[in-house]
Amino acid sequence: MDSAFIVTMLATAVTAGTPILFAALGETLTEKSGILNLGVEGMMLVGAVSGFLITVSTQSPWLGVVAAMVAGGFMALIHAFLTITLRANQVVSGLALTIFGSGLSGFLGKSLIGVPAPASFKAFSVPFLADIPLIGPVFFRQDALVYLSYILVFLFAVIIYKTRWGLSLTAVGENPAAADAVGISVYKTRYLYVILGGMLAGLGGAYLSLAYAPSWLENMTAGRGWIAVALVIFATWNPIKCIVGSYIFGGVDALGFRIQTRGFEISPFFLQMLPYICTIVVLILITRETKTRRISAPGALGLPYDREER
Amino acid sequence: MKITLEKRLTPSTLMLVAVPLVSVLLALLVGSVFFFINGTNPFEVYTMLVKSAFATSYGLTETVVKAIPLMLAGLGVSLAFRMQLWNIGAEGQLYMGAVAATWAALTFPDLPAFVLLPMMLVLGFLAGAFWALLPAIPRAYLKVNETITTLLMNYVAILWADYLVYGPWKDPEGFNFPLTPKFSSSALLPTLGQTRIHLGLIFAIIAAITVYILIRHTKWGYEVRVIGESPAAARYSGMNIKKNICLVMLISGGLAGIAGMSEVSGIAGRLQHGLSPGYGYTAIIVAWLARLHPFTLALVSFLLGGLLVGGYAIQLIGLPAATVNMLQGLILFFVLGGQIFTNYNIKISLGHKKTTPKEVG
Repeated sequence: MDSAFIVTMLATAVTAGTPILFAALGETLTEKSGILNLGVEGMMLVGAVSGFLITVSTQSPWLGVVAAMVAGGFMALIHAFLTITLRANQVVSGLALTIFGSGLSGFLGKSLIGVPAPASFKAFSVPFLADIPLIGPVFFRQDALVYLSYILVFLFAVIIYKTRWGLSLTAVGENPAAADAVGISVYKTRYLYVILGGMLAGLGGAYLSLAYAPSWLENMTAGRGWIAVALVIFATWNPIKCIVGSYIFGGVDALGFRIQTRGFEISPFFLQMLPYICTIVVLILITRETKTRRISAPGALGLPYDREER
Repeated sequence: MKITLEKRLTPSTLMLVAVPLVSVLLALLVGSVFFFINGTNPFEVYTMLVKSAFATSYGLTETVVKAIPLMLAGLGVSLAFRMQLWNIGAEGQLYMGAVAATWAALTFPDLPAFVLLPMMLVLGFLAGAFWALLPAIPRAYLKVNETITTLLMNYVAILWADYLVYGPWKDPEGFNFPLTPKFSSSALLPTLGQTRIHLGLIFAIIAAITVYILIRHTKWGYEVRVIGESPAAARYSGMNIKKNICLVMLISGGLAGIAGMSEVSGIAGRLQHGLSPGYGYTAIIVAWLARLHPFTLALVSFLLGGLLVGGYAIQLIGLPAATVNMLQGLILFFVLGGQIFTNYNIKISLGHKKTTPKEVG
């Protein structure tokens, strides 16, 4: 293993981890508000197909990104309405969102299969930063959306930990009745962050169809939405830690292809299993860890809030 | 105007029936908007769907054929859901059952049917059960989120089946298609007359009755219901929650495994790539629509089986296979949303509002 190979590997890990990072960041915000949204996979798919569809018709990948975020936001709005206003079961509603999203994206994308992307996000070097040894080639010779992901993670970490908004968000997720008592609108806060979560999942989907593998394929997310949900637990609801987790899984994802090109005799099917198995193993290990260190999910995660029952 | 919700002590009986019916109608209505945008006449789509699934005797038998795996997997899913265990890995458990049954069929092709078929059935059950037990143990002992683990294991199971049909088990005379050789006749489930309805239907009916008796008429079923509805109460009364989690998941996965066994043995006659068009996921919808009741579940399986059959028919007028998933998701949305009418009394009061101390703040 030469150093050039390692740098390529690490850079690929960042690229492959970025769609998961967007989705995990979104799910972190959603879960912080006390709502569990298992529809990430579906929202990503609809984001991926909308982004690609709009890019094909307008030739502008940035408009595609906007469309993907709007579509993801709308998907999340369904979940928000069902679980916040109608107090439906959050697990089942999320599953419904995934099933619906996989269907809707397949429906919308039927005519897009095999269509080449007219434009996509290409890597470019950030002046000065790209020249830092190791860090430069790994982190700063990427495409615009990767840079956007750095900014968003930083931005949301600041919002969550350093602002009143973040305080309100945490309060709503930990103890909605108490938050309500001090005048924070639980419903509004939850709607806001569930929709933001959906927009970020949509963005993650668009990264797949406009940057990572510019094209549309049915169910092209291949479980990345679920890996993102697992990652939120791994990252203990902390946006900064989402970065680390996403790149590890990006690395595992990328490793499969690299091993094959190096001529190892392993069936590609086993290599494809790696990200899923790793996620399961890590989830088991991290759950043990959080139990002993008493880091836990937001107190009200998964529970509907009913003002009348305060 | 003010809308208030009062929790009902018992679900409204009228709503129990009305909500699913209205939900399906509303879902089809929203679906028609998508068809309309796509340039297809929604009326034509639905006529075709209903006609192909329920109007001809061939369509009806095919609907039953699709209902068999839905019912088996749906029963498994509903059993787990009853205990608030979100087993969404029925798809993977089904594939593992199919793989195990295929192994027996390919290894002992010369055994007589009365030995080989029960062997395939037991192996199918065990493989599905094993696949569900793997995430059940960490769930029971470490509280590892089973929703994510069961789902991710679907991908692993499907890749494992793909590895086999693309690799070591591939039919040498299969023109390179991803499928195993055809099973010997003793590995095939008997079918009803000229139809494709196979003995799996009997498995499904027996399973429904068994699950009903287990849940309603045994002490164990009572424990399962208590654990599901009130884990704290179950703990105080000394019920073994961990053991029951494993046991319920085991049966849940086993039933999905039988669904897989009956698909390879009754329908495909071999293991092949894409064996299941997502039965394990549709089973979740089946279980929820049936409100986890075994006999209602049989009826719902039949209706959603029809939707799958209709799904093939509407592909002929150029709609993608994914259309069915879209409709299924929509139905589930409306059922979920509609449950507020079942569980709450909705009061709309006009004019001046009464202020109770609770509403201040």
